[in-house]
Amino acid sequence: MANQEVHIVKPVYVWEVPVRIFHWINALALVALAATGYLIGNPPALLTNLEAYDGYWFGTVRFIHFGSAYLFLFNWVYRVYWAFVGNQYARWNTFLPVTKAQWQEVGQVLVIDLFMAKQGEIKSVGHNALASMIYLVLFGASIFSILTGFALYAPMSSSLIPGFFAWFGGFFESEMTLRYWHHVAMWFYALFVIVHVYLVAYHDYVEARGVLSSMVGGWKFIFQKKG
Amino acid sequence: MKNHRPTIWEQAQEKGYSRRDFIKFCGWIAAASGIASSQLDQVVWALENNPRPPVIWLHFQECTCCSESFIKSSHPIVADVVLDMVSLDYTETLQAASGHQAEAALHKTMEEFKGKYILMVEGSIPLADNGIHCVIGGRTAKSIVEEAAKDAFAVVGWGNCAFAGCVQGSKPNPTQATPVKKFVGSTPLISVPGCPPIADVMAGVVTHILTFGKLPALDAHGRPKAFYSRRIHDTCYRRPNFDAGLFVESFDDENAKKGYCLYKMGCRGPVTYNACAVTKWNEGTSFPIQSGHGCIGCSEAGYFDNGSLYEHLKDTKGFAIEGTADKIGAGLAVATGVGVGAHLVAANLTKRTEIKDRIEEHTGGHHG
Repeated sequence: MANQEVHIVKPVYVWEVPVRIFHWINALALVALAATGYLIGNPPALLTNLEAYDGYWFGTVRFIHFGSAYLFLFNWVYRVYWAFVGNQYARWNTFLPVTKAQWQEVGQVLVIDLFMAKQGEIKSVGHNALASMIYLVLFGASIFSILTGFALYAPMSSSLIPGFFAWFGGFFESEMTLRYWHHVAMWFYALFVIVHVYLVAYHDYVEARGVLSSMVGGWKFIFQKKG
Repeated sequence: MKNHRPTIWEQAQEKGYSRRDFIKFCGWIAAASGIASSQLDQVVWALENNPRPPVIWLHFQECTCCSESFIKSSHPIVADVVLDMVSLDYTETLQAASGHQAEAALHKTMEEFKGKYILMVEGSIPLADNGIHCVIGGRTAKSIVEEAAKDAFAVVGWGNCAFAGCVQGSKPNPTQATPVKKFVGSTPLISVPGCPPIADVMAGVVTHILTFGKLPALDAHGRPKAFYSRRIHDTCYRRPNFDAGLFVESFDDENAKKGYCLYKMGCRGPVTYNACAVTKWNEGTSFPIQSGHGCIGCSEAGYFDNGSLYEHLKDTKGFAIEGTADKIGAGLAVATGVGVGAHLVAANLTKRTEIKDRIEEHTGGHHG
């Protein structure tokens, strides 16, 4: 952007209310699931002189984990539905890197992110092409966590929904292995969150298009040449 | 008398048991097998009238702990009668015959009772080097079990060896020890895993087949639902300690004395399906957790490959000898955090002029 050009900033309503609600419920559920999941795998040594019948904190941690799991599941179902009825920025096809333009943008964003080079304006107004690809991976990881998690939950539940997932346990040698992979998947989200939060802030900084606030208010901005 | 095979009742009488003992045995075995009390008369009738089914009990790659367990069943009639009674037309460990006589007995049973005999298999079947790692009477385990399973009424796979290969099937599995399910073809298979399985569970399975002439209800892994539908954890008397978050931190601490949950000592009760916490061992005396040691998950497939028996999450192979998923995950998280921090510093250094230009551009342009 040469200094001589004059730009006007045009606001674009990118993230509709359902997308924003999905995002924050998903974030909340993920944090709750990862935190309680970690505690279930590594319970702290608490000193207490209570008898077992006086306490239930570990049961409560597990309850929060299972409750959040249902929230996480239905939130995703809701998002998948919205991928078919939402606006162009939320639609399913933005997440599939199939066009040449998308792949070019992936390269462009990689250069911006990794080499911090100036690469001109990113064409996508919603998710950039690289981010879309990562969210597709996140979607896959979520499916994996849902399948393994509910498959673990199924044998101790007589409810309908966990029962739908019981078959998935059959792909694993034993429940111990199933539980192991469910546990490993948790670390994907930990790494994802670190990188995601940082890159949103970074892009907010270098793009100056209001990426960070867009998930609250829904608005992003594009620059247009004047005259 | 060629085809008259005595019933359990007849054999019990021969051994000097009273009618009262016999009825007590029926009630006990029905309860142990999860048969409803309303069906007790069926059990009594069957044990009085059904001729004992011929049984071939084959031993392959195993330690004979399943047989040891079976003969230590808590009811004397099981040891005295059922074991004799299930006739064991062929079993390497207990039969009197040997050599050609034994082989002849095996083939006689298979021919005479085609489609009627029950094949019980203890141990896994090695496939490496054409199966020479387990050869009996000049034949490989594979060819013996395939021949015997073909015309059997049902196959019962005793123990973790027959179920999943157990210790000898653990990595790197040099003999390629293979579970029995790969060789039974279309013959129904009942898997009774454990190392060994509980004696009363074994007796219960046998009695069910004897009583009803059909297989007990099985789960997706072919295990009898009556004994393997619940996890040790679900039926453990220490479960309230788990829910209250009261854990043993080391085997010699105060919590261990108080009988807290052994989860953090690597107890595999939460991922192990068996009846130990209900049926218990040695005439209902105890089971591992009651004795202060976590469950090692001996009835689960691959339990020997799941890392230390004192860790409830297995090690992550290929990173470090002691690598756990959590250590590796935390390491990656720290590395990512450091990377992000470095990026933050670098971005602020390299983007200074770019941002400065932009500020000027959008505030009317001081250069203008």
